[in-house]
Amino acid sequence: MKKKVDAVIIGAGPAGMAAAVSLRENGIKNILLVDREPVAGGILQQCIHNGFGVHHFKEELTGPEYAERYIDQINKNKIDLWLDSCVIDIEKNQDDTKTVVVLSKERGINYINTKAVVLAMGCRERNRGNINIPGSRPAGIMTAGTAQKLVNIYGYLPGKEVVILGSGDIGLIMARRMTWEGANVKAVIELQSYPGGLNRNIVQCLNDFDIPLYLSHTISNISGNDRIEEVEVSPLDENFEAIKSKSFNLKCDTLLLSVGLIPENELSIKIGVKLDPVTRGAYVDKNLMTIVPGIFSCGNVLQVHDLVDFVSEEAKICGASVAKYINNKLEKSKEIPLQKRNLVRYVLPSKVEIGKPALLSLRPMHPAKNMTLTVKTNSSVELFKRKYKNIFPSIMLRINIDVVPEDTEFVEIKFEKE
Amino acid sequence: MKKELICINCPQGCNLDVEFDKEKIISLEGNECKMGVKYAEEEIFHPVRMVTTTAAVMNGFIKLLPVKTSCPIDKSLTLNIVKEISKVRINAPVKSGDIIIKNILNTGADIVATRTVGKIGSW
Ligand SMILES: Cc1cc2nc3c(=O)[nH]c(=O)nc-3n(C[C@H](O)[C@H](O)[C@H](O)COP(=O)(O)OP(=O)(O)OC[C@H]3O[C@@H](n4cnc5c(N)ncnc54)[C@H](O)[C@@H]3O)c2cc1C
Repeated sequence: MKKKVDAVIIGAGPAGMAAAVSLRENGIKNILLVDREPVAGGILQQCIHNGFGVHHFKEELTGPEYAERYIDQINKNKIDLWLDSCVIDIEKNQDDTKTVVVLSKERGINYINTKAVVLAMGCRERNRGNINIPGSRPAGIMTAGTAQKLVNIYGYLPGKEVVILGSGDIGLIMARRMTWEGANVKAVIELQSYPGGLNRNIVQCLNDFDIPLYLSHTISNISGNDRIEEVEVSPLDENFEAIKSKSFNLKCDTLLLSVGLIPENELSIKIGVKLDPVTRGAYVDKNLMTIVPGIFSCGNVLQVHDLVDFVSEEAKICGASVAKYINNKLEKSKEIPLQKRNLVRYVLPSKVEIGKPALLSLRPMHPAKNMTLTVKTNSSVELFKRKYKNIFPSIMLRINIDVVPEDTEFVEIKFEKE
Repeated sequence: MKKELICINCPQGCNLDVEFDKEKIISLEGNECKMGVKYAEEEIFHPVRMVTTTAAVMNGFIKLLPVKTSCPIDKSLTLNIVKEISKVRINAPVKSGDIIIKNILNTGADIVATRTVGKIGSW
């Protein structure tokens, strides 16, 4: 089938849904929202725990509840939503439009001609292959998100004696979930000297059940023939090398990996979108447009978010920019680089516009106390300053900076000790 | 007595230093908002938690219905509540917000559906 639209949104998770609703609110009617899953909602459908929406809806919701609020808006606005439909390619046309190739269970292969594309494909989890744990290759090793889907969507408990590698939030949430479902979670092992997930999850998912957290440790070997039987846990020296003389073994039938997320950008790379090596998301301008005109990005495919509220906010901004682009009203003033210094792991967008204020997202390299974040121009004009009692890599900061004055050559952002 | 706590109300996770006697909090430091005050008091004298789990659903387009407690409940009861919920079988259709079990284990909390589940074939 062939079809012509103004915008195709790839992925109907919270990012894609909010972008679609925002496009509608900005007067763009002819849009298509596509997801490869049989229901909309993305990763939220398997995140049955509470902790979503505190900022956006001013109440604490579970993942499915948050998703349903947006699904209702999609239905109410009669937005064309194709489910069980996977985007397999995006092609550039000579007239600047794009062709999005959609493989759909119901509709077969489809070529959608569109003025704009919103990338909202989310993330996938890093797996054993990404972190190279030595040892045998038995069954029973999976990502925490896979276990979450098995338990919460399909109703299977993947094991009884569990070790978790990585202290990201998904791993912590699954430690509690598996315990509640009758499994014995023996330990969470973390490479860094600080936890990867939020403090609140350390308390309510580990401490509540006396599950030990080994910081500065790793799994140095896996054994077992058909099924995993044992892992070897070793402390790490300052060069992150395992100290084998101090290692100990834990018997287990399941190993969950919660070792980070990777934005799903294969489609983006193919069409020439450039990625930031730190975030692994696209380089975007303040309109959230990638270096390929007409292709925009938002949500976890742009930068890994810990709060879905910020995903919705980002996607709303993205939808508004796409609407302007479609109406040929996307203005662009002169852009200058935004340079990260001391302790700033990344900042997004990587450029700011002269004569405009900007909304920045950033994360620090490591936890620290009593830090001041400043944003200054090359001629020392202060655009932002705030003190933080504590900063954590697990908590993304979102800040609004003042109008960038004329004649600025670059802007720098840094943390400083008080 | 003194205790260090981490507030679990929001992602910030403030470190709280609490001093208390048998009946009340004497001093509290480290909280950046009012929620910390309520949390410290509850956590010291009667800790509570939200429970989120799933219940089996029959004739629905999915097999499991995600549910939550209508309010935080006594921390020591969380495991019993999950077990209690695993005993029920619910018939589709169910709407998000429907009460599945009233006043579970006499805690005063209801068990509430957090997803709308239509009948088979009605995604
Ligand atoms: C386990 C876990 C726990 C979390 N806990 C919290 C929490 O407590 N509080 C909170 O605020 N946030 C939490 N988050 C974060 C929040 O859920 C995410 O930031 C948010 O869901 C990201 O939204 P998204 O739309 O970018 O991506 P996703 O939700 O991942 O959606 C992406 C969608 O794109 C689809 N897709 C991908 N590629 C294609 C393709 N080629 N064709 C068609 N469709 C495609 C996928 O099927 C998916 O539906 C958690 C995240 C996880 C993973």
